[in-house]
Amino acid sequence: MNAIFTIIALLVAIAACGWVFRIAGQKFTQNRPYFRDMTFGVAFGYAFAAFALVALIWAYLQAQSSDPLVANKYFFFGKAVEGFLIFAVAAWLFRLLGRAVGTAGTRKLFRSMPLTASFGVLIIILYAIVAIFAGVIAPYGQEEILGAANVVPGGDPALGGNPEFPLGTDQIGRDILSRLIYGAQNTVGIAFATTLLAFFIGGSLGFLAATLGGWLDQLLSRVVDALMAIPSLIFALLLMTIASVWSNQVGIPLTYFMILIIAVIDATRVFRLARAVGSSIVVMDYIEAAKLRGEGLTYLIFREILPNATAPLLAEFGLRFCFVFLTIASLSFLGVGIQPPLADWGTMVRDLGQFINFAAFAPQVAVTPLLAAGAIALLTVAVNFVVDWMLHKSSGLKE
Amino acid sequence: MSQLLKIRGLKIEGRSDETWNPIINGVDLDLNKGEVLGLIGESGAGKSTIGLAAMGYTRDGVRISDGSVEFEGVDLVTASAAVKRGLLGSRIAYVAQSAAASFNPAHRIIDQHTEAPTQHNVSSKADSEADGMELYRRLRLPNPNEIGFRYPHQVSGGQLQRAMTAMAMSCRPDLIIFDEPTTALDVTTQIEVLAAIRDIVEQFDTAAIYITHDLAVVAQMADKIKVLLRGDEVEEADTRTMLSAPTEDYTKSLWAVRSFERPAKPAINVKATPIVSVQGVTAAYGKVDVLHDVSFDIHEGRTVAVVGESGSGKSTTARCITGLLPPRIGHIEFEGVQMPLDYRKRDKMQLRQAQMIYQMADTALNPRKTIGETIGRPVEFYMGLTGKEKRKRVEALLDEIELEPSQYIDRLPSELSGGQKQRIGIARALAAEPKFIICDEVTSALDQLVAEGILKLLAKLQDELGLSYMFITHDLATVRAISDEVVVMKDGVVVEQGPKLDMFQPPHHPYTDLLLSSVPEMDPDWLSNLLESRGVDNIGDAAVDKM
Repeated sequence: MNAIFTIIALLVAIAACGWVFRIAGQKFTQNRPYFRDMTFGVAFGYAFAAFALVALIWAYLQAQSSDPLVANKYFFFGKAVEGFLIFAVAAWLFRLLGRAVGTAGTRKLFRSMPLTASFGVLIIILYAIVAIFAGVIAPYGQEEILGAANVVPGGDPALGGNPEFPLGTDQIGRDILSRLIYGAQNTVGIAFATTLLAFFIGGSLGFLAATLGGWLDQLLSRVVDALMAIPSLIFALLLMTIASVWSNQVGIPLTYFMILIIAVIDATRVFRLARAVGSSIVVMDYIEAAKLRGEGLTYLIFREILPNATAPLLAEFGLRFCFVFLTIASLSFLGVGIQPPLADWGTMVRDLGQFINFAAFAPQVAVTPLLAAGAIALLTVAVNFVVDWMLHKSSGLKE
Repeated sequence: MSQLLKIRGLKIEGRSDETWNPIINGVDLDLNKGEVLGLIGESGAGKSTIGLAAMGYTRDGVRISDGSVEFEGVDLVTASAAVKRGLLGSRIAYVAQSAAASFNPAHRIIDQHTEAPTQHNVSSKADSEADGMELYRRLRLPNPNEIGFRYPHQVSGGQLQRAMTAMAMSCRPDLIIFDEPTTALDVTTQIEVLAAIRDIVEQFDTAAIYITHDLAVVAQMADKIKVLLRGDEVEEADTRTMLSAPTEDYTKSLWAVRSFERPAKPAINVKATPIVSVQGVTAAYGKVDVLHDVSFDIHEGRTVAVVGESGSGKSTTARCITGLLPPRIGHIEFEGVQMPLDYRKRDKMQLRQAQMIYQMADTALNPRKTIGETIGRPVEFYMGLTGKEKRKRVEALLDEIELEPSQYIDRLPSELSGGQKQRIGIARALAAEPKFIICDEVTSALDQLVAEGILKLLAKLQDELGLSYMFITHDLATVRAISDEVVVMKDGVVVEQGPKLDMFQPPHHPYTDLLLSSVPEMDPDWLSNLLESRGVDNIGDAAVDKM
């Protein structure tokens, strides 16, 4: 009951602040149209935003408290705020850099880029560098057992850390930082290959269905419908179980089967999009002109349709990449994906998962599984930011 | 007369490429009560922008940077949202170009009609419904008591445009802005809407701004005319003065467009083999026949205009000739040789002979291909030219369509104007070196000055290369300008055909007669005279239905 009264009192106070804010705005700006036509909802929104900001700053200051009980309570919140600020500044600096150097084309691109997109581009470039040069960057090998197990991240000996392992070690003494770096190579690399394959299968079949229509379109679409009707993760799990038996018999690594299985399942979604985009392009007069010229199917698909479908397909590519990536991480988490001792983020979350129980009193320990989970989340968010931006650009909207 | 609308020094800017570019550079406008002002100009002249600004409204990405728009002394530029809400809909109303796109398809027409009066507390829902029916009756809509209870898709385009005019009238506004209300309509439908709009504006003494690019239309509707060019006022005068004695060169050039006409050619040698011969073609979409026994010949170096309203089967005939829609009965001959009916069965050389130019140059050119690629493809495909030879041929073709090769060859279609795009469409057709080209409404999406340029180019190419054209159009002015022979179609049947001179002289088939008499003329008394001579019920769709 008490909590409800507090919330109501708070909302009334914010509403009052909003009211005062609007009146004050009208008074001090001599009734500028912006304040004059401001609805109460907008004024309330401003007041609410101001309140939320104050609450944020207060919570952040709590995280810096010298009393470890209070500080631990707000530990993750404090780290989140710091991370957010660091990334925002990094993205801003990155955009400034992009605007200053490079060709006229890239500079123009950076000028029209929102901060979210430049954050996304920055993260993707960082991940790509880490994945490609994993062997050079990582301080230890991904399978190397280093003796000291369960070293707490942070590198502070007083809290159970070790400066040699800045992100600590896992239960059997492997360096978590090195495994995160190799994990980028394994997980991201496999996800990229899978998405490419999915797009090749789904895209070409989708355009084919759109261009030819008729029974081929019917057949392909119904097959895709049937495949999409099965929950994808469970379907993948089922096929992976079968494949794991095969892979032992035939001697082909399970990873190849995984790439093929996820690619086929995701190709159904790509097929849907390619067919929809393709069929709206096929009715254009320039396609009719090309048909009447006597052009063949390959020319129609790859030279007339594909260049006009790249924007939506590219946007879908980013999104699909995230889903594939999450599927691989989930499969690995469930134990049928990328096999140990190869480092993989999904597996790392599973292996270190029980440390999350320490969150309440020893947040530094609980961080271990969250590092890999954070790496997944960060890439997913970054890719989505870039995709949003590309969709916005291709839709031709102006803000 | 009291002043209703007073626009002073109106400047409007639009945002593109992160800068504000001027659209309107200081236009003044005065409108008294009950007066109709015609705003004319090419597309991009800022007609619609001024029309919207007269309501204190701008589209997204556009802003009024300077000037005032005073409606009865209230400046709409600085007025608060509440004041504007009170005026718009009740005192100022707007009729958009496409009624089909402006009605909400999910609500009945009458429910949308009553929305403004009830919102503005002008009348109750029941009263305004009754008033709506009265307005429908005055606008001569069929079944005025019943038509409002239909959904927008259940009535025809012309009827919907009149229903929209009725909706604008629902609060008896002092000012209505008509933004090209008849541009998307057929001539016979257009005349009906024009008569209805003029009638009702006079009855209620409403002031109006009538935006159009069609001079003949504005001559019927407006008391005075203002000519715009790229955001500047060219001149303003009352309608009769403007039509008889325009002072500015630009206005004169607009007026002169309609005078372009090709000299008549000698009679056809009937024994010669026609380039294209359509013989007894009956074609169907699904099970419904849309063409019935259509036959006509196109001779070398001649232009045959195929005329009719939308839905008359003009474009379907073209689809039969190109083989996109194989006819059910009948066949197509090119130079005396029977063609396979389906285009997929024709070989390269047969396909090359018939080329097509489309109505919408926007959708006819691949937006991701440069001009050089678009024109170069048929050169490479049919002639087998590559590398330098191909480029040379493309440059020659660009010369032929009067575009500077070095400047245009690497551009994308989005970097061209509408008329230039249409020229590229012509060049692509020419690249195949055909004998016969189908022109499907190639000028109807263009401004009159630009359209005239395209027609002159087509005429020049015909003289130089001996091309034959099949010219599909619904605009009789175009027919008069370019054709040698005319085929009139209605409901998939050829109603009348023959040399142009015969067609424009009586006696003709009643349908041809109706089409000809429905084309607005530059004479401001034309509509009144026509209504007097034919009677209100003998124009437009009503007359077509009687046939």
